[in-house]
Amino acid sequence: MAYSTKVIDHYENPRNVGSFAKDDPSIATGMVGAPACGDVMKLQLKINDQGIIEDAKFKTYGCGSAIASSSLVTEWVKGKSIDEAALIKNTDIAQELALPPVKIHCSILAEDAIKAAIADYKQRHGN
Amino acid sequence: MNYFQLFHLPAQFELDLTELGTRYLELQRQFHPDKHAAGSERDKLMAVQQAANINDAYHSLKQPLLRAEHLLALRGLKISNEQRSFMEPAFLMQQMELRELLAEISDAADPDALIDEADQQIQQQKKALLRQLQSALDANNPEHDHQAADIIRKLKFFFKLQHELELIEQTQD
Repeated sequence: MAYSTKVIDHYENPRNVGSFAKDDPSIATGMVGAPACGDVMKLQLKINDQGIIEDAKFKTYGCGSAIASSSLVTEWVKGKSIDEAALIKNTDIAQELALPPVKIHCSILAEDAIKAAIADYKQRHGN
Repeated sequence: MNYFQLFHLPAQFELDLTELGTRYLELQRQFHPDKHAAGSERDKLMAVQQAANINDAYHSLKQPLLRAEHLLALRGLKISNEQRSFMEPAFLMQQMELRELLAEISDAADPDALIDEADQQIQQQKKALLRQLQSALDANNPEHDHQAADIIRKLKFFFKLQHELELIEQTQD
């Protein structure tokens, strides 16, 4: 199966790889995994007092499509409010990266990582 | 299709692999297409179909995770091919740490020591989860079946880790 040029670009030059300090109150962490392929994805968002995502980092152990999906998502969420970020759909990710049907679950994983990070933020900020 | 029934084995997680192997050979002989070569077209077709079922059943029953999934499917809980994300932060954090440990191996001063450490952790956790899976499936009720499904999901991550570790070991040799 051939990867699209966008997947290869994100895979070879992943954006925003790394971690923020987990106990920093402005950092939200989303952890998700796909049992079927064993992929694990961590997405961290740096959120300011106005609820705007200032920065994002990811760490993904998985296939090229999973890495590309999370890399793309870190670019997309920056500058968005958490409500706007919550609207990012796996279908948008899959379309942007031209993922084949067997790799759709990678985009689902990335969407769920955003949701998990936002849930973590809301839980820690009591709303 | 009930694979346990096909092999005349009790529908439970615990399984004697030697017995499974013996039954497999018996059934294979019984339904071997060559034995039905003189039969009608319908007979031949059925023998081919049955031989395929026997192979599928054998491969599913032999592997603990596929056997557990089949057992759950027979109880009405189908989890194979599911695409749902797994979202238990503590478990995933531990997976991430093990993946990081694996990633360190290639640059380590003593890679074998790290390989041993990772292998030990993976085997230990796998064993513990397989024990939990056994008792959850033995309980045979919907609540424990859902627990069993979650344990299977966790075990899949560990089987994947084990596979990754084996690949690393090969490149080290």
